[in-house]
Amino acid sequence: MSSTALADHRTRSPAAVHGRARHTARGLLIAAGLYLVLALFAVTFVIPYFWLVSTSFKEIGKEFLYPPQWIPDPFVWRNYVEMWNLLPFARWFLNTAIIVALNLIGATLSATMAGYAFAKLRFPGRNVWFAICLATMMMPGIVVLIPQFILYRTLGWVGTNLPLWVPSFFGGSAFAIFLSRQFFMTIPYELDEAARIDGASSYRIWWSILMPLSGPVVAALGILLFQSHWNEFLGPLIYLPDRINMTLSVGLRTMLGLYSTRWNLLMAASVAMTLPIIVIFFAAQRHFIRGIVTTGLSGR
Amino acid sequence: MVISLRPRSPLPARGRRRKSVLRQEAIDGYVMIAPWILGLVIFTAAPLLFNLGLIFMEWSILTPPKFAGLGNLERLLGDRLVPIALYNTAYYTFIYVPLHVVSALLAAMALNARLRGQHFFRTVYYLPSITPQVANVMLWMWIFNPEFGLANVLLRAVRLPPALWFADPEWAKPGLILMGLWTLGSAMIIFLAGLQGVPEPLYEAAKIDGATSWDQVWHVTLPMISPVIFFNFVVGVIGSFQVFTSAYIISGGQGGPANSTLFLVLYLFRQGFEFFRMGYAATISWLLFLIILGFTGLQFYLARRWVYYEGSAR
Repeated sequence: MSSTALADHRTRSPAAVHGRARHTARGLLIAAGLYLVLALFAVTFVIPYFWLVSTSFKEIGKEFLYPPQWIPDPFVWRNYVEMWNLLPFARWFLNTAIIVALNLIGATLSATMAGYAFAKLRFPGRNVWFAICLATMMMPGIVVLIPQFILYRTLGWVGTNLPLWVPSFFGGSAFAIFLSRQFFMTIPYELDEAARIDGASSYRIWWSILMPLSGPVVAALGILLFQSHWNEFLGPLIYLPDRINMTLSVGLRTMLGLYSTRWNLLMAASVAMTLPIIVIFFAAQRHFIRGIVTTGLSGR
Repeated sequence: MVISLRPRSPLPARGRRRKSVLRQEAIDGYVMIAPWILGLVIFTAAPLLFNLGLIFMEWSILTPPKFAGLGNLERLLGDRLVPIALYNTAYYTFIYVPLHVVSALLAAMALNARLRGQHFFRTVYYLPSITPQVANVMLWMWIFNPEFGLANVLLRAVRLPPALWFADPEWAKPGLILMGLWTLGSAMIIFLAGLQGVPEPLYEAAKIDGATSWDQVWHVTLPMISPVIFFNFVVGVIGSFQVFTSAYIISGGQGGPANSTLFLVLYLFRQGFEFFRMGYAATISWLLFLIILGFTGLQFYLARRWVYYEGSAR
């Protein structure tokens, strides 16, 4: 639903600039003004990144020049090597990747399964359960922080990554269920019917018929889940206190305490942490476009 | 967002066969939502109940829990930091959320117009939202660095007095708000999806009736996407009442300078995991929960006056 709109090339209902209006002088003026504003804001969005990357290549001490140096001189690639050697960066990377991967698998499986049941199967109490699911979307997670910690501590899970991914195998998140349910609603029921007549069970229909058609929603879920778990901070902060088990987010934070004046290294680490998600985002965008074209995933 | 609770009705079967088909379907349905229900009970419902009990407990985790009666509530009422945390949280929420929603809406409307390069602009505006928050915050700490940061370089360039940002109690919260506005991407995307869902014939009809672009925005676009505006407000308020990571990082986990970034969740975190007062932390979390519940309820109540749902009789 949400991330898909980004990749949509079509625009159906322009608010300000309408097709025909653009040929008039006034239309052109509006378009020019719009471009100017968009470009101005785009610059304010891009400059911090430029600053980030530029600082990460600066020689030690050159970060503090005034007026600031926009293009690093000299260009110090070694910052990245130094950053990598100072910290167990590879290990943190691996820790984070494992947690993210397990969350992706667990949430995708259990959320699409529940989403399928809510969309396609009739069972007593379904609407009540679905309403509960929607309601939990609005529950602030913070209210179960303390009791969950006590639960995991009782289970002996503190210091392991279990609290950070096991819950995903139990329904993923309410939002993931909602999103997949909305997607399955757009798939014609005739498909289920045909499969049922051929003797397929509900599980078979979910796994062999609907899941292969669910590329767009799985991609959208994937990017949202990746983003939230790659970024997660509070959970790993509480459950993984040992330096070697840390995730990137928390590890990066500890670096801030240790090398608080080495801005070139801090920025290099930030770049290294940001790059994977940007790469994945651009790689997955393609699927969003296909999703929009084939299904028109919308918020209904 | 209109959420229909009725899926398409499945194939009509007859008699006993129909009954057994239905029963099988009901069993399948429950089996397939069973993991979610289990998770709901284990990871949400039970902890929620347990959290209620914790209010009346004193528990440092390391020693067995003790019954504390109303001790935590008394402490809450007498705690001088609680009003400060409440004020900080309210300040942040009530300034940040409206700015956030309005700027995301404006960005979405601009990016929904037929323009060359809109794909590029959308990506640029969305980029900060996919940047990991810790990396984001570190970058902004560097930008807001009082001596060498880009923000003050710019301020000096236009002859404005530089600010101390995260080192100044007056400027720390505005700094956090500015930083937060940078990540308007996800709200913007939701608005874009909403804008694309407005039926084109409505604009055509408005134009035939002689409506200007402005009229169309005011009388077609805004009413039609009011459910999306509402959604972003609700989600925004719930999220920003729980602001934590940015404040934790800029203040080194302390909520400084001079408690100016001590938000409720940060205070709760410190009570729970720094001072190991689980009962008191749980009490604070209930306070926060009730506040969020109250504001969400209020928004739903007010929504009846301004949110328009297509297809609902009014």
